[in-house]
Amino acid sequence: MELKFIIISIISTGIIGVLLGVIIGVVAKAFAVEIDERIEKVEELLPGANCGGCGFAGCSAFAKAVVAEEAAPGQCPVCSGDDVANIASYLGIEAGQGEKMVALVRCSGDISNTVRSLYNGIRDCRSAVVVAGGAKGCDYGCLGFGSCANACPFGAIEMRDGLAVVHPELCVGCENCVATCPKNLIVMVPAAAEVHVYCNSPEKGAAKRQVCKTACIACRKCVKASGEEEHMLVDGFLVKTNYENPPSADLVEASACPTTALRVAGKHAANEYQGVSK
Amino acid sequence: MSEQESTPSIRLPDPARLVVSNSPHMRSGENISRIMFTVVAAMLPACAVGIWFFGLAAVWVLLACTVSCVVFEEGWNKLNKRPSTWKDGSAIITGILLGMNLNAGTPWWVCVIGAFLAIILAKQLFGGLGYNPFNPALVARVGLLIGLPELMTTWNPTHAMVSTLGAADAVSAATPLAMAPGKVEVLQMLIGNTKGCLGETSAIALLIGGAVLLIFKLIKWQVPVAFIGSVAVITGIMHAIDPTTYHSPVVHILSGGLLLGAFFMATDMVTSPMTRKGAIIFGLGCGIMTSVIRLWGSYPEGVSFSILFMNALTPLIDRMTVQKPFGYVAPEKGKVA
Amino acid sequence: MSDKPRKFKGGVHPSDSKALSASCAIQDAPLLDKYVVIMHQNIGAPPQLLVKKGDVVKKGQLLAKAGGFVSVPLHAPTSGTVSAIDKCPGPTGISVPAIHIDADGEDEWGSPFEPIANWQNCPAGELRQRVWDAGIVGMGGAGFPAHVKLSPPEGKEIDTLILNGAECEPYLTADHRLMLEQAEDVVLGAAILARILGLESAVIGIEENKPDAIAKLEEVAGKYHVRVQPLPVNYPQGAEKQLIYAITGREVPVGKLPMDVKCVVQNVASAVAVADAVVKGIPSIERVTTVTGRPVKTPGNWRFRIGTPIAKALELAGGITEQPAKLLLGGPMMGIAQSSLGVTVMKNTSGILLISSDEVSLYSSEPCIRCGRCVEVCPMSILPATISQAVENKRFDWAQELNVQACIECGSCSYVCPSHRPLNQHFKWAKVEIASKLRRRND
Repeated sequence: MELKFIIISIISTGIIGVLLGVIIGVVAKAFAVEIDERIEKVEELLPGANCGGCGFAGCSAFAKAVVAEEAAPGQCPVCSGDDVANIASYLGIEAGQGEKMVALVRCSGDISNTVRSLYNGIRDCRSAVVVAGGAKGCDYGCLGFGSCANACPFGAIEMRDGLAVVHPELCVGCENCVATCPKNLIVMVPAAAEVHVYCNSPEKGAAKRQVCKTACIACRKCVKASGEEEHMLVDGFLVKTNYENPPSADLVEASACPTTALRVAGKHAANEYQGVSK
Repeated sequence: MSEQESTPSIRLPDPARLVVSNSPHMRSGENISRIMFTVVAAMLPACAVGIWFFGLAAVWVLLACTVSCVVFEEGWNKLNKRPSTWKDGSAIITGILLGMNLNAGTPWWVCVIGAFLAIILAKQLFGGLGYNPFNPALVARVGLLIGLPELMTTWNPTHAMVSTLGAADAVSAATPLAMAPGKVEVLQMLIGNTKGCLGETSAIALLIGGAVLLIFKLIKWQVPVAFIGSVAVITGIMHAIDPTTYHSPVVHILSGGLLLGAFFMATDMVTSPMTRKGAIIFGLGCGIMTSVIRLWGSYPEGVSFSILFMNALTPLIDRMTVQKPFGYVAPEKGKVA
Repeated sequence: MSDKPRKFKGGVHPSDSKALSASCAIQDAPLLDKYVVIMHQNIGAPPQLLVKKGDVVKKGQLLAKAGGFVSVPLHAPTSGTVSAIDKCPGPTGISVPAIHIDADGEDEWGSPFEPIANWQNCPAGELRQRVWDAGIVGMGGAGFPAHVKLSPPEGKEIDTLILNGAECEPYLTADHRLMLEQAEDVVLGAAILARILGLESAVIGIEENKPDAIAKLEEVAGKYHVRVQPLPVNYPQGAEKQLIYAITGREVPVGKLPMDVKCVVQNVASAVAVADAVVKGIPSIERVTTVTGRPVKTPGNWRFRIGTPIAKALELAGGITEQPAKLLLGGPMMGIAQSSLGVTVMKNTSGILLISSDEVSLYSSEPCIRCGRCVEVCPMSILPATISQAVENKRFDWAQELNVQACIECGSCSYVCPSHRPLNQHFKWAKVEIASKLRRRND
């Protein structure tokens, strides 16, 4: 091959390169999009989980809203208090942090405690519920196929013996699980409240006990044990924690719940309750 | 509720042992392994003819391919802690198909490499049975053809050829497609006394296998018919124009891997379209590509390439041929569904 | 309208196993001491309760009135006392409200209405009202209120009345026996329905595997200009849309009703109930149900009062010889699996079926090998395999694009699937998700 061709091609490629470089430079200057550097900084401070718990389409959208002061940094359910304070002090705005909320699965009926028929089909609660109501003795209980656990971006829901169990220390309160439960078992409760009633069946006590050993039978022992403080509220055949005025963890011991439906969240997560046989 | 009330002599079902599931509660006895092993049975005549003409060497190639395919499949399952799948028969099919696509004298290590390409690269990396976009055996064949062209284009002569032509002439004899037009013996090609891969030489055995597949409804007739038909038409036209340069369509159909490809590889369920309309398009595409490669390409054979190419188009064909539901009404314009 | 039925695309041929009970004449079930009438037995609004605990009721007395236009009243199956208004296991696995009645054994009649002897001269509106008052629903399985189908809205013309006697579900023989033993009533019911719709004639579609019923009906059909149309045996021949196509060649558009192609389809059992209600003044308080299956000792067809617990029904059939794998209400292709024996016979319970463990189909969801069998058999010409994969990946929007709503849940696809995939459940799930998305959007 002649040297001439090599030189020509080197030169021509060089010229094209320089030209394109100039054009790119000009375009970048002329059509530059102004980006508020604060948005990038706030986004860096955010956890980056894109869980959507704040109500925005991911962390980047939330950062934009915070900088535009359309949202308060405290709306991020995942950030720790320090993170929120950092963002707030960086922007010089109010943290606006609300109370930390965690998810609660209002059921304690694992395989050993409830009547459950043999189910054969798709392993997903939302699909199973279409077939024979999920094949569970209790019409209101956890189906145990883990739709909520699959929806949790933080691995805070454990499927244990066919029951979804929330680990409150891992839960950041993004609420992704709430809508997935076809039985609407999951509610958001203040993280500060430790004692919950792990039952959601409005049926009569006797009917509940037929299908589940750990159902709340509304015996009101816990209501009495909490005295006149109104820590526990009675709602039909079901007792509920008064989250306005939650009881301390001692109540569980003190009330000696006969079905262990009343539980301390941390101990429930650590599997310290076994169904009673009564 | 009324178990206690009932007369004890009458036995009633135990509700605790009743299974609930969605309907239907009955099923035809069909299952994957039954389908797969019927396909294996359909491949046996062609294998038997290959063994008859090429001798023990063919047995070794088929065995090496099948065994290493199964070993790779199980090894992968073990490695990824998945349940064993070799019993579904798909790895065995891939192994036999790969063997049928190789020369009878192929060294064992080539078979092992081929099995690796087929099972690991073409199938398991995509997610295993049902998720592979390309026919595993064909990926292996083409991989070997490109990687080891020398080995893959040398063919053992059949025993019959050695005894009639003498050893030296038999070894140097060409495959039918590489011969000059007009010198090909059609009868020998029908029974399989010709050069080529060990499973593709005998047209009759392949047709018997194809008939089995069709009878058991394991393949759509549209694929082989469109495939072979389009090859016949295109090569027929070219032969009519210039018989000295181009083989007759009969030679084209009976030679090379066309019948093997059309009945056993293009029809692979996983990698071909699901609808009948799609199957026709798929077959036509294969036929046209094969003819073009054979007539004007640099390779004498184009079946594998064309099937792989159409495999890549299968998702598009499937999307194109979505059928209209019974009682379908087109959504009204201007109305957002 | 041609005399030769059209063949719809797709379909399967499961072994019909009808021989178990096809030759068993219908027997009247003996009176029980307790009935549990499930409140909500129809598609549409639940009825409104009229009785309370402790009330004394007579046979045929109104227990609950219709809770809207798409709703039907309920009547007492026998005379006795209302012992409780309480929950009982429902057919879909969820407990449902029910009226518990302790029978007094007298079976004393207290009909809510008089027979209309001269129905030929009775105005159509009055006959239609009678169908409604009698609480008649689609007795083939759907439970759609019969009077609603007989009330085409203004501007919708009806030119064909089809009676569905296909009974394409394997095992079930209740309609078959009914057509054979009460052919006159079937034809009479058809004539009354035709009069309500202002038609001169009606067609009864029957699968060819019931030649005795066809012959019997043809004998009596001429009296009221009713035509008997034998149909090829092909599941799901009895599906409304497929039946209309087979007989008239019209395709019901997706998401529309038979009314939209000028057809009304009623089950033959519903026709008999109509004849009873009009000519004899009996409301819908009993039905013929097949109790069958290989584990059943003596399969057969019984006329049960509505509210008979299925445990009692199984006792009548002699109980079981082996533990079944499944207990179904309805046939094996579309029936609903039960996990309790406390469910009671409803107006749409066409069969009580036990499936033995060696013929049961369990789902294992092996990967789809794209064999295309489901595409071949789908009577609605959708792509079950592709939709099922979309649903598996929670792509309900894609499933919608692939017309999952057209699915009639006949189960033919799951029946043939060699990978044992729960295709039908995928579609049911997709439909639920799509509907709830639509609801959310409309909220």
